[in-house]
Order: sequence, then C-alpha cells, then structure tokens
Amino acid sequence: MDLTYTDDDLAFRDEVRAFLAEALPADLQHKVRHHLRLNKEDSVRWHKILASKGWVAPGWPVEFGGPGWTPVQRHIFDEECARAGTPQIMPFGVNMVAPVIMAFGSPEQKAHYLPRILSCEDWWCQGYSEPGAGSDLASLKTTAVRDGDHYIVNGQKTWTTLAQHADMIFCLVRTDTGVRKQEGISFLLINMHSPGITVRPIIMLDEDHEVNEVFFDNVRVPVANLVGQENKGWTYAKYLLGHERTGIAAVGRSKRELAFLKTLAARERKNGRPLIEDPLFSAKLASLEIELMALETTVLRVLSRADKGPGPEASVLKVRGTDIQQQLSELMVEAVGPMALPFDPAYLEGEREHSLVDDDDAAPLLSHYFNYRKTSIYGGSNEIQRNIITQMILGL
Amino acid sequence: MDFNFNQEQLQFADALKRWIGRDYSFETRRGIIHSDTGTSDTAWATLAELGMTALPVPEEHGGFNGNAVDMFVVMQELGRGLVVEPYFATVLGAEFLRLAGGRGDLLEQVATGELKLACALGERQSRHDMFDIATRADANGDGWVLNGEKKVVLHGGQAGMLVVSARSSGEQRGQDGVSLFVLPADTAGITVSDYRTLDGQRAADVRFDKVQVPRANLLGAEGRGADIFDAALDYGAGLLCAEALGAMEAIFEATLEYLKTRQQFGAPIGKFQALQHRMADMYIHLEQARSMALLAAVKLASPDAEGAATERRRAVSAAKYRINQAARYVGQQAVQLHGGMGVTDELPAAHYFKRLATIELTLGDSDHHLARFIAQPGFMERTAA
Repeated sequence: MDLTYTDDDLAFRDEVRAFLAEALPADLQHKVRHHLRLNKEDSVRWHKILASKGWVAPGWPVEFGGPGWTPVQRHIFDEECARAGTPQIMPFGVNMVAPVIMAFGSPEQKAHYLPRILSCEDWWCQGYSEPGAGSDLASLKTTAVRDGDHYIVNGQKTWTTLAQHADMIFCLVRTDTGVRKQEGISFLLINMHSPGITVRPIIMLDEDHEVNEVFFDNVRVPVANLVGQENKGWTYAKYLLGHERTGIAAVGRSKRELAFLKTLAARERKNGRPLIEDPLFSAKLASLEIELMALETTVLRVLSRADKGPGPEASVLKVRGTDIQQQLSELMVEAVGPMALPFDPAYLEGEREHSLVDDDDAAPLLSHYFNYRKTSIYGGSNEIQRNIITQMILGL
Repeated sequence: MDFNFNQEQLQFADALKRWIGRDYSFETRRGIIHSDTGTSDTAWATLAELGMTALPVPEEHGGFNGNAVDMFVVMQELGRGLVVEPYFATVLGAEFLRLAGGRGDLLEQVATGELKLACALGERQSRHDMFDIATRADANGDGWVLNGEKKVVLHGGQAGMLVVSARSSGEQRGQDGVSLFVLPADTAGITVSDYRTLDGQRAADVRFDKVQVPRANLLGAEGRGADIFDAALDYGAGLLCAEALGAMEAIFEATLEYLKTRQQFGAPIGKFQALQHRMADMYIHLEQARSMALLAAVKLASPDAEGAATERRRAVSAAKYRINQAARYVGQQAVQLHGGMGVTDELPAAHYFKRLATIELTLGDSDHHLARFIAQPGFMERTAA
C-alpha cells in the first residue's frame, strides 16, 4: 500500500501549478475565491486560455485534442485548478455532449462540433429535464416528428443551466410513442437560434439567473443533427451519465473553501477571542475537515482502480461531496453571522469593487449558501444516488 | 498510488478467515465467553501457529516485523470474526516494548505465543486522557515503589506481564514525569480483579500496593515515557479502527442479508425505500470509515517521514473520530433494521453492535479525538491533507 504520488506525478503537479500561477488572470481568481458571480465572458476567457495550452479537455482522447493524461494526472489537474481558484470549464460541451459525439456521432458531426467545443465557439446547454420528468427522465414528453429531412420538435425543457448564453442544446426527444418509454427516445443536437425556441429565465432563491425553461414550438431540426440511431437515445444518455468521474466529489474546491472558512474563523471574534478558538465552532470545523479527509481518501481509492471504469461508487462521492459543500456553505455563513445579511447584487456581479457594508468576504456568503442548496438536487438528487447505491451495489 | 494489500498481507487475512470459519463459530465463541477465563488456550495457540503473535515483533526478536498496514489486515479479520482472545492487549503491550527498545526477551516470548501482555494505563479519573496518571512510582534504593490503581485494564487478568504507566514526577496531568514499567502480573503487591465486559471480552482492575519494581523493568528513560506513550496509544487506536472496520463489514453484510430474506407485507423488507436509504447511508459510512482506517494505518507505518508524529496524530485522531461516528450509525441502524431480533442476545449482529460500542469507548471517544485533532499544530491554517 502506497498513498503517495510518484515523482512523475509530483513533477506534473509542479508544471500545472507553474502554469496556473502565470496564466490565471487575477480578477478571475478573485471572483472565484470570493464567491462572486461569473458572467459568460469570464467563462469564455478562461476556456480560451486553457484551450490555447491544450488543456481544456483533459478527458478527451489525444486524437480529438485531449492531452493524453492518466486518471491520476487528471485528478491532480482538477485539484490544482480548484486550489488556485480558476473558473470552472462548463461541462455541457466538453464533458457531456462531446463524449457522446465521439462515441456515437457521424464523422461530419465529429469534424464540425468537436473543434468548436474545444475553441468555445459554441456554448452548449443540456436538454434533459422536463416538467414532470426530473429523476424519472424516461417519462419525457418533448416530441420530434420526422418531416422529410427535418424533425419537427415540440415541447418544453426545464432547469436548463445557462441556456440564456447557449448556441446549441443537446436534447432527449421522443420519436416513438408506441413502445416502452425508454425505447422511443432520440438524441438530437439543436441550434438554439432556430425559430420557435423561447428561453424563459427561472430566478433562483439567491435571485441569480442560472437556469431556464426552454420552449420548442414547431422547431425544425435537420435530420443530420440526430446522433446515432433514431430511438436509441436512451443508450447514449446513459453513456453520458456513466461518464461522470471522481471530479463529482469536488474535493479540491472544498479544500479551498475550507481554507477560506478558516481565514474567516481566524478573523471573526467571539467573546473577544478568535472564533476558531471557540470550542463549539472549532468542533464543527474539525468534524467537517475530517469528513473531507475521508472523502479525499475515498476518491483516491476509486481513482487507483480507475482502469475498471466509472462505477456506482460515484454515487457515494456525489452524496458525500455535495453534503460537504453544503456544510461548508453553512459554516461560512455561521462564521460571519449577521454580516452575511446585506444583499448586494451589484457587488456580486462585479459592478462595484467593494461591498455595501465593506465586508467583501462576508457579502456573498448567504447567497452562496442559498445557491448551494442545489448541489444535493442536481445531477441526480442525493435520494436518487441512494437508490443507485441500493440497487447497483447492495442488490436490494 | 496503490491501495492494494500485498501477497503476504492477503495470506495472513486468508489464514485467519479460514481458521475463524472452521474453529471460531459464534457458538464456540459463546462457550469461550462463558468459560472461567473468558479466553481459549486452543485459540491462542492457533493464533501463535498462524504467526499472528510474531507478526508485529521485530525480526531480531523472532518476529516478522509487521507494520501497521500488516496489522490492519489481521485486526480487520479479528473484527469480522468477533474474536475475544487477548490479542489486542498483547500486541499493544508489545508495541510499548518495541518503542522503548530493550526487553527483547519478552518480545521473543510474545512472538512464540508464550507470553500475553496487558496495558495498565487508565485510572478512575482519567476518562480518555491517558496522561492523567495518579499512580506513583517513587524511587527507592533498588528501583521504584508503585502505588495506585488502574481501571478496566483490557485482559489484565489473562496477561503474564503488565505494562504500567506511573508518575515518577510532575503534575498529575502533565506529559513530563511519566514512567513506563513492565512487570510480572504476579508480583507481590499487585491485586488483579478480573471481570467480563459487555462485549464478551475481559478486563480487570489492577491495584498496586507498595509494589517493588527493579531497575530492569523500566521501559525507556525515567520520566520520559510520553513520546513512547503517545505513539503506542496511536498504534492501539489505529488497530481498533481496523478491528471496528471488520466488525462493521460483518454487521453490514448480516443486515443486508436480513433485508433480502425477511418478509413483511408480502415483500422482502429490503424493498422498502425507507430501509434502503438507511442501508445506503450505512454503506457510505462504511466506505468513509475504510478510507480513514487505511489512512491511519499508512501514517502509522511511515514513522520516518517528515513531520511524521504530527501527521500520525492527525490521521489517527481523525480516523478514530470518523470510525466512532460510523460505528455508532452502522451499529445502531443494524440493530434497528433487524427489528425485535436485533435486541436479543441470540443474534450475532447484536454482539457486533456491542463490540463496536466498546471500541468507541476504548483509547479515546469522539470528543477526545476531535479535541486532539484541533490541538495539533497548524489546525488553524491547514486544510485537509
């Protein structure tokens, strides 16, 4: 048993660190570390910096433009990005639709879309969820009816993250209603600028515009935009879901947040003493740190046998990872107390340099806490993850 | 990065598994628990034959020089088998001897299985702080005179020799002035009162009444036992984490099996989502506990790394804390999911639950280890390892 990185891994880590120290713009880093809101331009900027280094798609095979890293190197890269405080690369193109196109798409689709995903020419969003078809995804109702060289798409998607910026959406649509509900689904790539598409914002409880409803009203989609075979979309969708990696645990980001929490706890005073010396608070802090140590070790255990492919253990990582993220967001709010109360959208959006009440660390934390309630719901709610553990691992 | 056990480790585990499966059934164990000594000479002889007593002993004293990862494998199997023999007490005692250097004669006897040890450390007032020592060791012409009483000494009644902590100087709860001794359990002035503990094991209260201790029985330097003490206690806590993991695996598997077979409302009860999610949470606890037990074992097995003592304390306290949480959740839920059967003495799962609860109370409960984790240098600045 050996839980240390090899010399090669450590050299790789140094290389990544050196690159990030030089390439990550200070203003982006500041926004990420201080829980400010990132706009489209921020995301695209960082995407292009990584793309120019050839590092924007760590999971891709070399033939499509991936860097050819080992699973451990990919983990190290994720960790270092999180540690430095980089914006996140939007997963919809790079990590979600691209693997499906690579595996099942036509040569024309690969040649057209993959380079545009690498260069961030297209902003993608995901059209899976529908009203009434969240976790029970197969009950989706959006239809695509063949009309010559086109499909006519009608229906509604929801919870569509950042669809307001999107150029393309990958959708699950119903192409056959007369069969078992999993068997009549197809995987379509749809241009978001097509006539008949309406995007309606859903404002979340932190008053941020992060998700949307997307309506399709007789939208014409070329048959060439069908991925793979008609009515086989469920297979491709499951392939996509199975593509999740250990990154789902977000250990690196939580480590950065824990460090931030500790700086808050050292700065805040309770009964005239640093909050971190308060036995009640430090006990909660330590307990969370231990939970994160356990999660990190579990991630490394999963990684060390990554050759066996991603398995249902990802559900363990999702449940624990998101629980830890939420607890961190709770403790950060507890740490600053009433100073978390002022709502300061202008500061959050980067329109003002400093916050209303002149506490830049504290100002975004309650918004962040509210926002992070999503983590145990998205990507398959934690209850669904428990169902997966129960069925796939425990055989109940 | 390699989380696999090596061939030798797997062989040790396999040998234990086969022995327990063949000769240490739940009924056999029940007989042992209710016997006069509460342990089995036959079982002990087999453990020695299988090399388990030699495993942690250095090679120069006839052992296999096994480290904490090797011992992890053994303790995990003993936990799965719910073995009540005085193995943990003996190897913890051996670790004191190994860390102190010297007394190779005793280590040789441990390796062959001739000698069982027990560690007389805790006192009525100490709770989980083993440095809270009122027992006195006062120097006299030929050595020291011991006076005091140790409580709940694990397998104190079955040991040939006792490792004893006493205060030769300093404040009652201070790190300085702790001296460690090893002496025969039948030394004049020692009274051993043996009893059962609720998990089916044995412990004893041990009184020291003007016990004369010769110079040769001092472990390490007089008054300077703290580092040895601290390292040995971490080793013991690490072993208990591995044992608890094994016990949790067993109780988890038994509960899963029960959920698949027990019928209610016309279906196996494992079909009910309320119970399924409880099982999923037990599984998550189990995996997190496994990670921490492994991390602690690896840190214990790397005593020469840079900053190793702090890393060891952090990892062991984090592991014991996390495993205590898991042990409580998994144990309590296993009993609950077994329904009425879970609270009977007939059911093996109930006995695993009892063992898990006693491990929680041995060598540091959750509060103790959380406080110790916080007290390590750098807690304020550092993030998770």
